[in-house]
Amino acid sequence: MYKIVKKETLAPNIYLMDIEAPRVAKSCYPGQFVIVKMDEKGERIPLTICDYNRDLGTVTIVFQTLGTSTKRMAEYEVGDSYRDFSGPLGCKSELVDESDEELRKKHILFVAGGVGTAPVYPQVKMMKERGIDVDCVIGARNKDLIILEDEMKKVAKNVYVATDDGSYGMKGNVNDCIKDLVQNQGKQYDLVIAIGPVIMMKFVCILTKELGIKTIVSMNPIMVDGTGMCGACRLTVGNEVKFACVDGPEFDGHLVDFDESMKRQQMYKTEEGRAALKEKEGDTHKNGGCGCSDK
Amino acid sequence: MDVLKKVPVREQDPKVRATNFDEVCLGYNIEEAKEEASRCLKCKNPKCVDGCPVSIDIPGFIKEVEAGNIEEAAKVIGQYSALPAVCGRVCPQETQCEQRCIRGIKGEAVSIGKLERFVADWSRENNIKPEPPKETNGKKVAVIGSGPAGLTCAGDLAKLGYEVTIFEALHEPGGVLVYGIPEFRLPKETVVKTEIDNVKALGVKIETNVVIGKSTTIDELMEEEGFQAVFIGSGAGLPKFMGIPGENANGVFSANEYLTRNNLMKAFDENYDTPIAKGKKVAVVGGGNVAMDAARTALRLGAQVYIIYRRSESELPARVEEVHHAKEEGVIFKLLTNPKEILVDEKGWVKGMKCVEMELGEPDASGRRKPVEKPDSEFEIELDTVIMSLGTSPNPLISSTTTGLETDKRRCIVADEKNGQTSKEGVFAGGDAVTGAATVILAMGAGKAAAKGIHEYLSNK
Repeated sequence: MYKIVKKETLAPNIYLMDIEAPRVAKSCYPGQFVIVKMDEKGERIPLTICDYNRDLGTVTIVFQTLGTSTKRMAEYEVGDSYRDFSGPLGCKSELVDESDEELRKKHILFVAGGVGTAPVYPQVKMMKERGIDVDCVIGARNKDLIILEDEMKKVAKNVYVATDDGSYGMKGNVNDCIKDLVQNQGKQYDLVIAIGPVIMMKFVCILTKELGIKTIVSMNPIMVDGTGMCGACRLTVGNEVKFACVDGPEFDGHLVDFDESMKRQQMYKTEEGRAALKEKEGDTHKNGGCGCSDK
Repeated sequence: MDVLKKVPVREQDPKVRATNFDEVCLGYNIEEAKEEASRCLKCKNPKCVDGCPVSIDIPGFIKEVEAGNIEEAAKVIGQYSALPAVCGRVCPQETQCEQRCIRGIKGEAVSIGKLERFVADWSRENNIKPEPPKETNGKKVAVIGSGPAGLTCAGDLAKLGYEVTIFEALHEPGGVLVYGIPEFRLPKETVVKTEIDNVKALGVKIETNVVIGKSTTIDELMEEEGFQAVFIGSGAGLPKFMGIPGENANGVFSANEYLTRNNLMKAFDENYDTPIAKGKKVAVVGGGNVAMDAARTALRLGAQVYIIYRRSESELPARVEEVHHAKEEGVIFKLLTNPKEILVDEKGWVKGMKCVEMELGEPDASGRRKPVEKPDSEFEIELDTVIMSLGTSPNPLISSTTTGLETDKRRCIVADEKNGQTSKEGVFAGGDAVTGAATVILAMGAGKAAAKGIHEYLSNK
């Protein structure tokens, strides 16, 4: 059993939890994920690692309640335990193994959409710890759905916020913000790391391809085991079939077949007779507040 | 009683069982078991034992069954096998112990598997537990993977007094016994759980949710956690796909995914959260035991099911008994047929499959007749689900994160057949991780051999 030692509500329906999982905390890196199974009858849910404390043996997860399972997960309180917490899984971010010298030469822009801000955070934090300045764009539907802004401001050089409805920061989506930075403010970037809903990552990649900026995305397909034994999470990257759980979750965004990936995400949405499931995935786009819904 | 024939075993009616996940074979009762045991000639030089990969004293336990001493029979089996209730059910006895049985020359072999199963089931129902060793020798051994190889190796080492910890990546121990083989062949709560509890009763610790190569490595286990030897029984769990167009469509699954959702996550049960795309018209591509399991699972979830296999019936790699059961339940076999393309609708879902008819050509180097396409024989089948059951290979996660561990070009770990020794000192391996996908009993045999190898290694160290 894996004990919940901290719980915070970051935004309506977005929760942060610190989970006691010493083996995961000891060996995890930014870019990796865990699989949580809350109880005997629960499903295995992949969640990207948001932070970790090797001394305390804790791992931070952030999740949005989009359906039955995540709603039930959110009902757990400090002191309760999840039955299973497996990880770290997937490959660490490529940035982890790059030398400080190499990284200092690069101008990096992180782009975070909605709850995707959570997995962006550990990467930006790692850069700060290594003395590298990076910029970060956070996008959401409205002000209430912006999370981890203060934390991000402590670790990124510049944080730019965009909301669809203009209730906070710039009015517009993350792409409007990137265009503004590059075309109006004269910023130069040679690497973009975008994490958020698939539709957002797709449109960021269309833009950065035009702008000629290499872009890494973190894919979030349906998963079961998360260890490479089933292929539920397969996707096409540069005409090759990859398993996101072992080959990723991070890939070169200009090579990913986003349309196929979005179709595969819909797989269990329309299943008959399981009302809970219809609710489960929801429409991540509408509920997720990624900031691209009008596209 | 006709001594030339096996005492028949009771089974669920095919029409009824095709709609439920309860066990198909109901097994012997004590009278039936005693009667079947009386058919054994108690050979002085028993050939059946040579056919058993773990060399169970078969006439020895059958003699006790015939006399009605079932607890004694269980003790005899327990000296050789840690998982008799499993093996009695899933071993291909027709090519192992029963193939060598003298009775089989003129009539039918003694039903050794069903008798082993009876003894194990009787022990469970009568709460007979194995006894833990009186004292441990203080030496720690790590076992990677809790499938048949790992459980057997761990059980044997615990009996010898070692402190054994099994590390399992999934949330339940059992490997293929829990995620692969379906309920209707191998009940999980009763049979598998009890056999795993028996291994724990010997003092073996099981840590789940530990992915070796990610959560920790073999090098760390040996250098930081004080394990003096390691057994790798991580299996061959990486699914193969065909690489044909449409394979990433919604509704195309690996057999591993389909079976994991249903067996491990219990998607067939409405009380569990994991969904499964049940399908109304399902094709399973492949002809092995896993293909039969996937087809019979889809059938029980309410589908019309085809097996698509490129060779003919006599080349089907699945057990004859499984093919027979699948046919009885209504699975349709489309043999000498090969998929060319999966047809996809505008929403990204499977709508059918383009196939081609095959014929068998000249025997190839391995002696198998190679299937070749018949010209102009393309046809389409309407489908909503395709399950790819083309075999599996070892996951490279462990070999790629352990220093000095040699693998072959199929990514299998290189290990000595007799004692499981790998290229790395103190590290042993066995089961599908070494051989590629094979059988439960061969994995158990390898686990047993490695336990002996580890004992010799640590005794001489």
